[in-house]
Amino acid sequence: MPAKGWIEVDDLHCKGCALCISACPQDVIALDMERLTPKGYHPAHLIAEGCTGCALCAIICPDAAITVYREVPVHTKKAPASA
Amino acid sequence: MVAPTTPETKVVFKRPESFTDVTTHYCPGCTHGVAHRLVAEVIDEMGLREKTIGVAPVGCSVFAYKYFNMDFVEAAHGRAPAMATGIKRVLPQKTIFTYQGDGDLASIGMAEIMHAAARGENISVIFINNAIFGMTGGQMAPTTLPGMKTTSSPFGRDVELTGFPIRMSEMLATMDGAGYIVRRSLHDAKHIRQSKKAIRMAIETQERGLGFSMVELLSSCPTNWKVAPDEALKFIAESMIPVFPLGDYKVRPELAGLRV
Repeated sequence: MPAKGWIEVDDLHCKGCALCISACPQDVIALDMERLTPKGYHPAHLIAEGCTGCALCAIICPDAAITVYREVPVHTKKAPASA
Repeated sequence: MVAPTTPETKVVFKRPESFTDVTTHYCPGCTHGVAHRLVAEVIDEMGLREKTIGVAPVGCSVFAYKYFNMDFVEAAHGRAPAMATGIKRVLPQKTIFTYQGDGDLASIGMAEIMHAAARGENISVIFINNAIFGMTGGQMAPTTLPGMKTTSSPFGRDVELTGFPIRMSEMLATMDGAGYIVRRSLHDAKHIRQSKKAIRMAIETQERGLGFSMVELLSSCPTNWKVAPDEALKFIAESMIPVFPLGDYKVRPELAGLRV
């Protein structure tokens, strides 16, 4: 099962520089042309399923505006084999 | 048999705690923000926030003290290493770093940085090299590439008239007092990770008392280079790295085996 992830972009910090868009290997980030941040930029947002939570967008983000989440499968503990 | 799984949400990446919640004044796409974040992440990881004092420069990063959630002082133009020297000598148990641009460190502050390295002051310097004076409107800096257009060299830097770019890391590596001198770049995720390791090594050098440490970071200036942010990163990779080669210029043997 591929890892499922998502990002949250803080509108206060995002300046619409679009570096996250070119860094995204899944091409699932775009600028939201319908919204403006308090500074007057179009913020980045997720446009499709497919984010793996790789955090490349957050690493390149110059304004630390992106928080990355990932779903990790929790394996329930195997019962110890009876000797 | 496959064990049953239930997904659990994990935060993979978040804003470092050593950052304040203030929006930076940097232009969109400026890698100053990346460099700030790396310093904040390293200080968080090492748990040094309560004992760190930063020294802010003059230049675009003049307001750095507003963005770091730690003690900070503001130095006169180019004098950050001199101020850091004073603070470190009075408070040797504190972690002192300066954050300087190329107009500050390689131009007006050349004497201070050279002598701080020659004395082997136990401080760390984060040097942002973007080949231009950013804050004053894109004039030619000592690090401007030959042929590069700036507002004070509108036909490109003429090396016969204005000389050649200064390579600070190579020069400081000749100093006996220097413990860790490296050059890294901020143009893609891989190099940003390497830069973070270098900053960590610089702070480790200081914590071990091994002398002067400096990390030179090749940085972008989309506004004054007059290109889009992603093209600015390409310019670093294609034009700046050939002139300012990345690498470790001086690493004290005591640090050679250290893995961070």
